[in-house]
Amino acid sequence: MKRKFIYIFLILSLLVSICFSLAMGAMEIPIKEVLLILGTKLGICSQVSEPQYETVLNLVRLPRVALGLLVGAALGISGAAIQGIFRNPLAEPGLIGISAGASLMAVLVIVLEVTVLSTLSSIVGYYLVAMGAFLGAAVSAALVYHLSKSEGRPNVATMLLAGIAINALCGALTGLITANADEQQLRTITFWMLGSLAGATWQTLFSVLPFILIPLALLPGQGRKLNAFVLGEKQADQLGMRTSRVKLRVVILCTMAVGASVAVSGIIGFVGLLVPHMVRLLGGVDNRYVLPASALMGALVLCLSDLLARMLTAPMEQPIGVITALIGSPVFLYILIKDKNAKS
Amino acid sequence: MLKVESLSYKIGNRTIINGVTISLRRGELLAITGANGAGKSTLISLLNGEKTAASGKIMLDGKSVQDYEPEELARKRATLSQHNAVNMAFSVEEIVMMGRYPYFTGKAREADQIAVSEAISVCGLTTFAERSYLKLSGGEQQRVQLARILAQLWDQPGGLLLLDEPIAGLDLLYQQQTLAIAKALTRKGFMVIAVLHELNLAAQYADRILMLKDGRRWKDGSPAEVLTALDIYSVFGLETEVVMSTKTLTPYIIAKEIRLAADEFNSMIVKEIPVKSQVI
Repeated sequence: MKRKFIYIFLILSLLVSICFSLAMGAMEIPIKEVLLILGTKLGICSQVSEPQYETVLNLVRLPRVALGLLVGAALGISGAAIQGIFRNPLAEPGLIGISAGASLMAVLVIVLEVTVLSTLSSIVGYYLVAMGAFLGAAVSAALVYHLSKSEGRPNVATMLLAGIAINALCGALTGLITANADEQQLRTITFWMLGSLAGATWQTLFSVLPFILIPLALLPGQGRKLNAFVLGEKQADQLGMRTSRVKLRVVILCTMAVGASVAVSGIIGFVGLLVPHMVRLLGGVDNRYVLPASALMGALVLCLSDLLARMLTAPMEQPIGVITALIGSPVFLYILIKDKNAKS
Repeated sequence: MLKVESLSYKIGNRTIINGVTISLRRGELLAITGANGAGKSTLISLLNGEKTAASGKIMLDGKSVQDYEPEELARKRATLSQHNAVNMAFSVEEIVMMGRYPYFTGKAREADQIAVSEAISVCGLTTFAERSYLKLSGGEQQRVQLARILAQLWDQPGGLLLLDEPIAGLDLLYQQQTLAIAKALTRKGFMVIAVLHELNLAAQYADRILMLKDGRRWKDGSPAEVLTALDIYSVFGLETEVVMSTKTLTPYIIAKEIRLAADEFNSMIVKEIPVKSQVI
């Protein structure tokens, strides 16, 4: 019953923040107009609004807000799922090398783009960085997964350690490339490493849509299995859960979701770590609830963060990764302290 | 019916379990006992499929355990492990309900609810049902885990319960209560294998005792057959006195006290030199 209210609360807050997010920005669009345009698009009403509002909404705001929702949902649900299989509330997709691999490849592409890849770049254009990032995420996650196997089964503790090693390696290589980049490249790299939804177009949106929608549809179905993981992997096996399969499935789905997100929006920290904690604080730890609720909460958090990123110093824009970390870290500390006090 | 034939397990060149054969009928409670490192827990993890035997066969109800689907096996066999670490604040009821996961996919059915509440009740956890598992004491957590694996086989008479040191860390009442539950279930056709260190409790509740030494079967039989002073000395290296209870006709073991002088094993303690009485 309580969880039903939480879902309703999350969905309503999401709708409200979508409306605000669409209305606010460098050019204010009255909320009434936003609703009218959306209504016309959905065929509910047919009223003509100002064409310039419609253009801004169509070309800039709608794809950006939609991308924010997708990326937020992807990061939120992946964080919850990864915390589930690692049985560790401090785990996040970054821990198994997904984000580090993605950023290494993205930085590499940015630096090489001008010199080596210029022909390729002219063909695939904007997608080159995104594709590189996705490839990096997939390769490092596969590597970590493979390294963690002992006696044919993935061992979670080794996976964590392998993740740390791969993270360090990717971090070092990224640093090496960054140190040797020129001014223009540095700006692009920094912008990308701090995360931003500014590059959102309908094209980018559709290019990541399947990579994010498939995990969003399939991960909630793993809730019961991830609950059993809480007892320990051996115990979950005794309940007939085929834990090796569950781990592989979750790692693949999270790599898809996070790899695609990082590819289009750069690195947006703290969402994957924090959102599941907020969700658990609201309605308990059952993963059948935590997974879908984390997707909703992630979308909400990112939608609001993007609004802040655009509005705080308007018309200048701040990187969204900075906003999520700025808000995220105190909230996380608050949760930690509250948890500590509750235990003692 | 469980049939285990010449089971062996090795780590590198070291043989941990060596040709152990067990036959367990429905309605029997078998206690496994032996010194630390004798291979008791390894034997349990071979029986529950956590480890794969180097050689030998495990047949459950006439079918090799390898031929079962994991879900099917989970409805026939449940294991209480020694180590249970839960780090999320699930409630006692939620944890016990996980024992029913092999039976339903969407919402718990009425049968699952009944199994859970009855298992919680027999383990004396009714007042804790809504509480967070993390806020319970070690012994209470142990009872929650017991309730969970009981719920897993609640409606499966003929199922196999593997209990690895089920009473370690429990108070006097729940040591008895746990074994009494196991015993009562065997009367309805369940099979129970329990690793027990307390020989007197094993004598009291087990139908048969399997004594292991260095991964081999030392002796297998009724408590009166297995628990002799000579066998206990051979396996544990401890002198005991075994008396037969005339009331229950089960052996009762009284361990001889070991006397040590601290200065003989701790060189940091100065040996006491007998002081001669001084005459002033």
